[in-house]
Amino acid sequence: MAHANTLETQKGIDWNGGNEPFKASWGKLMMWFFLLSDAFSFSSLLITYGLIRYSHNAYHGEAEAFKFSLDWWPVPEKVFEAVPFLGDGYPLVFVGIMTFILIMSSVTMVLAVEAGHRRDRKDVEKWLLWTILGGFTFLGSQAWEWTHFIHGTPEGGAIDIYGNVIYGANLIQNQYGPAPFANLFFFITGFHGFHVFSGVIINIIVFYLVAFGVYDNPHRETDPGAEPYEMVEKVGLYWHFVDLVWVFVFTAFYLI
Amino acid sequence: MANIDLAKDAHSGEIPKPNTAAIWRTFYILLGITVLEFIVALAPFLMWIPHGWKVVLYAIMTVAKAAYIVGEFMHLRHEVKFLIYAILLPMIFVAWLLLALIYEGGSVFDLRHF
Repeated sequence: MAHANTLETQKGIDWNGGNEPFKASWGKLMMWFFLLSDAFSFSSLLITYGLIRYSHNAYHGEAEAFKFSLDWWPVPEKVFEAVPFLGDGYPLVFVGIMTFILIMSSVTMVLAVEAGHRRDRKDVEKWLLWTILGGFTFLGSQAWEWTHFIHGTPEGGAIDIYGNVIYGANLIQNQYGPAPFANLFFFITGFHGFHVFSGVIINIIVFYLVAFGVYDNPHRETDPGAEPYEMVEKVGLYWHFVDLVWVFVFTAFYLI
Repeated sequence: MANIDLAKDAHSGEIPKPNTAAIWRTFYILLGITVLEFIVALAPFLMWIPHGWKVVLYAIMTVAKAAYIVGEFMHLRHEVKFLIYAILLPMIFVAWLLLALIYEGGSVFDLRHF
């Protein structure tokens, strides 16, 4: 009690310890700082994309007359226009579905966090399972998108410097446009997909621990000072961050 | 004392009703902005907008979506002011770097072609 009184009388002095300037637990703060550093990693990739994108020629002709060429950066709605089972001719439809899936799984995650605040283990389990399902669905969609991107279209696209038609995409050349286009696509969506994959794995681990009632008890030795179900909140932060990055990847690759 | 109360809450079986109105409101806003982005990208009646202006529109809508995800879903809007600034200020510098290097990319293009 004496300690508390000392703090009371010295209000405004933050250098004696024993207070929480950020009013957040240690674990949550560290998650925030990790996410900030991860945001730097993604920013460096997206800044590279911006620099390379604007140091290449843009397509200036009529939209109907557009064709793939090494001379200009491709128009996204001409590259991403295939949907599973339906074929070509649906610009940005599939990526729209993927975006919806990821936003939806972000919502189920925040519902799991909300259920955790109410200590409702059944609800946390339910919403975490939906989140895991959304994550797997997104990963499956991305696998399909990559496969289609790598195989390309039967008629091929851009003509290389020797006059040969290029089919599909790899890290050396691609049928859609200049080589950096596919390289950046693979690196950035791949790095994001890897984050989604780790997020799903972490969600599965936390689901397992929630189901065994580990987070019901606030007196755990492993995480002193944590609220019950705070771990759901922390992995929730990570999962929302993955959704947030997709918002920027989506704008960079599919809209601009 | 506080810890004992928490433990009792966890096992008493009294679970409060869900309070999810704000979550769904944020979801509908995010969905609305995404639909708006598709309209700007694909609608035939908006083809007259120059690409440069569309990029500005996309940037505004992307930042709006990011603000809702970070502010509401990640709860940052309800945290202490210093924590908000600790996260936000570095990202403002990053955004500046992005703008500067996009501009630099245009300069690289000019040097290559003219």
